[in-house]
Amino acid sequence: MSTSTESAPATALATPADKPLGGRFIGATANYIDERTSISGLVKEIGRKIFPDHWSFMLGEIALWSFVVVFLSGSFLTFFFEASMAPTHYDGAYVPLRGIEMSAALESTLHISFDLRGGLLVRQIHHWAALLFIAAIGVHMLRVFFTGAFRKPRELNWVIGFVLFILAMALGFTGYSLPDDLLSGNGLRIIDGMIKGLPLIGTWTSYLLFGGEFPGNAIVGRLYTLHILLLPLILIALIAAHLMLMIINKHTQFAGPGRTNDNVVGYPMVPIYMSKMGGFLFITFGVLVLIASMFTINPIWNYGPYDPSPVSAGTQPDWYIGFADGALRLAPSNLDVVLFDHTWSFGILLPVAVLGLFIVLVAIYPFIEAWVTGDKREHHIAQRPRHAPTRTAIGVAGVIFYAVLWAAASSDIIATHFHLTMEGVIHTLQALLFVGPIVGYFVTKRIAIALQKKDREIALHGYESGRIVRLPGGEYIEVHQPVDAYERVKLIDFEIHEPLVVRPNDNGRIPWHENFRASLSRWFFEDRLSPVTQAEVNAAIAHQHHELEHIDHEEQEEIRGAHERAGAVDAPLHPIDDGHNPETANRPSNIIVVDEESPKKDNRPSD
Amino acid sequence: MSHEEEPQALEKAHQPSSGLVVAVADPVQNPGLPPHRERMTDKDPAAMSRAVRTVYTLFYISLAASLWAVAAYMLFPIESGEFGDIRSNNLFIGLGIGFALLTIGIAAIHWSKAIMPDKEHIEARHSTRGKESTREAAVNVFREANEESGFGRRTAIRGGLIAAVVASIVPGVTLFRGLAPHSSEENPLAGDPVALLKHTMWTEGERLAHDPSGLPIRAADVALGSAVHVIPESLKDLGHLEGYLEEKAKAIVLLMRLLPEQLPAEYNRLDWSYDGIVAYSKVCTHVGCPVALYEQQTHHLLCPCHQSQFDVSRGAEVIFGPAARPLPQLPITVDAEGYLVAKSDFEEPVGPSFWERH
Repeated sequence: MSTSTESAPATALATPADKPLGGRFIGATANYIDERTSISGLVKEIGRKIFPDHWSFMLGEIALWSFVVVFLSGSFLTFFFEASMAPTHYDGAYVPLRGIEMSAALESTLHISFDLRGGLLVRQIHHWAALLFIAAIGVHMLRVFFTGAFRKPRELNWVIGFVLFILAMALGFTGYSLPDDLLSGNGLRIIDGMIKGLPLIGTWTSYLLFGGEFPGNAIVGRLYTLHILLLPLILIALIAAHLMLMIINKHTQFAGPGRTNDNVVGYPMVPIYMSKMGGFLFITFGVLVLIASMFTINPIWNYGPYDPSPVSAGTQPDWYIGFADGALRLAPSNLDVVLFDHTWSFGILLPVAVLGLFIVLVAIYPFIEAWVTGDKREHHIAQRPRHAPTRTAIGVAGVIFYAVLWAAASSDIIATHFHLTMEGVIHTLQALLFVGPIVGYFVTKRIAIALQKKDREIALHGYESGRIVRLPGGEYIEVHQPVDAYERVKLIDFEIHEPLVVRPNDNGRIPWHENFRASLSRWFFEDRLSPVTQAEVNAAIAHQHHELEHIDHEEQEEIRGAHERAGAVDAPLHPIDDGHNPETANRPSNIIVVDEESPKKDNRPSD
Repeated sequence: MSHEEEPQALEKAHQPSSGLVVAVADPVQNPGLPPHRERMTDKDPAAMSRAVRTVYTLFYISLAASLWAVAAYMLFPIESGEFGDIRSNNLFIGLGIGFALLTIGIAAIHWSKAIMPDKEHIEARHSTRGKESTREAAVNVFREANEESGFGRRTAIRGGLIAAVVASIVPGVTLFRGLAPHSSEENPLAGDPVALLKHTMWTEGERLAHDPSGLPIRAADVALGSAVHVIPESLKDLGHLEGYLEEKAKAIVLLMRLLPEQLPAEYNRLDWSYDGIVAYSKVCTHVGCPVALYEQQTHHLLCPCHQSQFDVSRGAEVIFGPAARPLPQLPITVDAEGYLVAKSDFEEPVGPSFWERH
């Protein structure tokens, strides 16, 4: 348990009444609340909870705080936005669009941007914060994936986090569609086309969603309800569950001195994290406001109202939808099939199925890995990616797959920008979609294993100190210095697993799926290194010390000899520590020669 | 959170076996926490008071920035509608709020890092599963509840409950049919999306008109090599609440004039064109974006959304990209006054594929 004294808020309630902590009023208020809520128990429980410190644990926090910013700025916008597609005319301050017929949604969005002081600022804060929210969730997920922080007991929290990611994208898309401008209308047109391509339910789903034929007069109002009520409600409930599970499971920590699977080393919730996290909310908010004040986002006034006819070249979805749009672009031509007197639109279904499979694999990856490894213990140590080479390689393959889809959403921009043919770009990306992940997998796995070997090399044989010593035989060596014991443990303190071994079941048979599982497990733990033992470490340290002493001895002999030849027998063997840190060491080559006429003055060993 | 007394070490009995971890008889020893290193603010009172000064100064800078934001709200009006005024209003309010928030954040974090103690604490972890006694008590709760209610025993009640609850959802779902209109006297097709998708407002004799002006197009005015964005002439009579956008979304057409010999008969139904003028639906057969880009030299149409390409000289068939079908052709001819008119509606549904299309 922590060595600190009792937490301050808890004692406030327990101290005798003559001098309550924080003064008479605070003490009385605290007492009033506790007698009605028993909140002192909660304060005692989580007030001094310990959280580990690492920069990568902050990524999820960026997501949390940018959501707070989204929520606050969005609430402001609801006071002015009209979620209606009723036709009206803009008559506000912005001259170029005055008198043009448009929906009330676009009119009110223009009103917010141009006729409300600070309105454009809040709109841009909202959009930038939403983009940061989704980006932060994505990066946070990558951190959790690559450190194995989704392993037991945190699999369910991974799934909750995954649903949050999907919800965030859904919120982004519904929000993007609300202003009813030309670009968002085209985005909806694409969604409509995709929905219509679904077998059996497509036509009616689209018809019900749009309240009639596309675009209809209903969609903005309906998306608004989803955007400000239903989806945020689910999102907030899941964020609460996500954070509660994080507290119950306690945060993972990286291996290191004093840090084990059975403890958590860090700083208390109050006051350290309250101050750090609270401060970070303000930093996130402040940075978003600065971005919003300086960089325009989604200038709907350039696009004008939605019309099914015009569209500009180089249309791009918001970046987080890019992977889905890219998947659509990479589908081959002419894939419509008429089967059983119905149209199967495989040009839509194929990318949708590929995306669905990819997303489902991400969602259930913790369970797949647990099944393959047969590992049922709790894990609280965040692994370094190199210590799980196969997982890291799978992760990189997934990232490349996503990145290729994402790049495909800008295929036209890539083609025009780099003067390539449209067809060449698409065909290259189609090939990369399959080849890229495979190459990425093998390269990453090799790099991870090589990094493990490098770590072991450093732990057992020391690091390259940069100090070159010439031995009497004329040989030059670079001295390897042993690493600090606290650093060493970070390098080699990790578990190594063996592949699953199949065992016959009660009937004396090995079912095919167990064989399959075992072969997956062999693949997963392929090329693993055997663990380092303390005896090996001790032997290596002893060897290193012996070696260093030997080198020191040889070196001193060398210097002493040089001193003698220079006629300065009493010169120190080591540099005199005069408080400065001399750039040049006391080497035979820079001994001050006392006797100018010494015939050996030029006999410098380093020549 | 409820089992604070037992460190995980005591619960090893509940832990599943170490399974596949390679057991090392002599694992690497963890040296424990490194000795604590004091910060400058711990060692030097001057550094500490400097840090304190930094923190409260930042808080006061924040206060000043907040005041500036309010001042900027008043100093930079936007009522002129000038773009520069809007930009100044946005920038200066934003700078004020941004720095006000940022300095609070920096101050709070500096406070926690430089002034609050930075000695690391160690807390034991506990196995996530409840204590055995707790788990047994929980199981007992369900056992007793089951005995008292008879939920497991009285299968007729249980079956009835499940059936009733499932059935009770159905009316709620049914109500959502109202998301889209039903058919009615004045609108007999409103409840039939398939029929609606199969027809556009093009009818025999409907004049082709410029988009968006609505002026009819004379065949003689269509220059060779040009492409014209076309809507039905009577579209302009529709208001926004009478289906203007819905009809336009289906009826938009691209008109192109090629040399008649560039339209080989095996690809083009020549009686559907007029003197090298052909009209194709502008709605992409992929997901419905307008196929707005025409390349005059190659007679290719390009959809800017997903880069599907259609060859007009070969019946607008797909030559690249994810589209599944050629663009539907609108049969056209000229009326007595020389204006281009439709011969009929499209012969197949326009736009993206759908289940009942065939």
